[in-house]
Amino acid sequence: MTFARMVLAIAWKDLVVEWRDRESITAMCFFAFLVLFLFNFALGGDQTLIRGAASGLLWLAFAFTAVLGLARSVQGELANDCLDGLLLYPAEREAIFLGKLCGSFSVILLVELISFPIFAVLYNMDIWSQLPKLLLITVPATLGFATAGTLLSTMTVGLRAREAMLPFLLFPMTIPLILSAVRGTEVILRREAFELAMPWLKLMAAFDVLFLVGSLLTFELLVEE
Amino acid sequence: MIRRQVERILGLGAALGLLVGLYAGFIYAPADAAQGEVQRLMYLHVPLILVSYLAFFVVFVASVLYLWRRHRQHDAIARSSAEIGVLFTALSIAVGSIWGRPTWGAWWTWDARLTTTAILLLMFLGYLMLRALVDDPLRGATFCAVLGIIGFLDVPIIHMSVVWWRTLHQPASILRPGPSMVAMDMQVALYSNVVAFGLLYVYLLIKRLQIEGAREELFRLQMELLG
Repeated sequence: MTFARMVLAIAWKDLVVEWRDRESITAMCFFAFLVLFLFNFALGGDQTLIRGAASGLLWLAFAFTAVLGLARSVQGELANDCLDGLLLYPAEREAIFLGKLCGSFSVILLVELISFPIFAVLYNMDIWSQLPKLLLITVPATLGFATAGTLLSTMTVGLRAREAMLPFLLFPMTIPLILSAVRGTEVILRREAFELAMPWLKLMAAFDVLFLVGSLLTFELLVEE
Repeated sequence: MIRRQVERILGLGAALGLLVGLYAGFIYAPADAAQGEVQRLMYLHVPLILVSYLAFFVVFVASVLYLWRRHRQHDAIARSSAEIGVLFTALSIAVGSIWGRPTWGAWWTWDARLTTTAILLLMFLGYLMLRALVDDPLRGATFCAVLGIIGFLDVPIIHMSVVWWRTLHQPASILRPGPSMVAMDMQVALYSNVVAFGLLYVYLLIKRLQIEGAREELFRLQMELLG
């Protein structure tokens, strides 16, 4: 089997598991909706304030939601010693990492796509005409978040305080991503020239490359016995 | 016994250096023309943060060496250096905050440099927490080595993003005293403190490593007694 097919096989396994119970996706979508809903109260229903903060609120909701999904993705492997089984799978460790990454990435991206209409309705934003540009921001941001998250959730999965530790490690590290995504989305929602988002896109690309390379180099060390 | 000698000299040097630094900072150097006496806090603030950068760089190097060679000593260095780095960063932020209140009129501003420093502190607090939470010491060492490396590589990106974020939109917000000519005696006070805190760091690191060694010895003896 080629490397790419191994990666796809692992990602496919994760997606099938996810599809069978749909627990993560439902919980994540509901959570994203809830956070977007609650921010409205936190800002006292002030429409100008909400419009100004909309992109920040959107990405905070996504960041919280993504952590939920990332924690579950690796945690699911702990039951019935699935992780040991996965490591016995005749594939390079890099393929296992990329497979898990693809699985988490797809789930988070799907939740984000489902959340866009909710966001558009709740915050009274017209995002449909801007959707391709929005995706240009969303995809690299989600990729970086999923990469850092897959690596860090592998570290924290065996800990007593894993629910607290994953966000505690993940959020400070992914600040460049969250920041770039917020600024990029802001440029798009305000209908400014797309060139203004370019520095942020480059920053996200740098983050993605660095974390992908770093994770591929070190993942093996994290799962070895 | 040469080690003990070196250690003693380092400890004495650090103590002496700190005394000299205190004298230079509080008495020898003149009060700042614009900011008055409160500016003297800089002689603590700047050395603390410079030494903590050094400490985190040592964490990075020791982490790389640990993953490569798997010597326990490298892990002990990374862990000890991270603890000292966190302490010094926190102290530096605290001192800076005390300076900022009368000078800027606020304990904290979201200036680019302050924000990156706070993020650095958060990342290494996470590092120490992760270490405390992993039961198996060998796994903990590996996890933290990976975290130390990735975190350190992330620092330039965080720095860049925060600087862009703060300068793209509000360039005037960076409240920094202009790059005026720093008086000679002020420089003397600053550098003597940098050297003193550097010596203190090395001394604390050695002491911390000794505690780590003693702990391992204790563990070994316990295992021996229990069979």
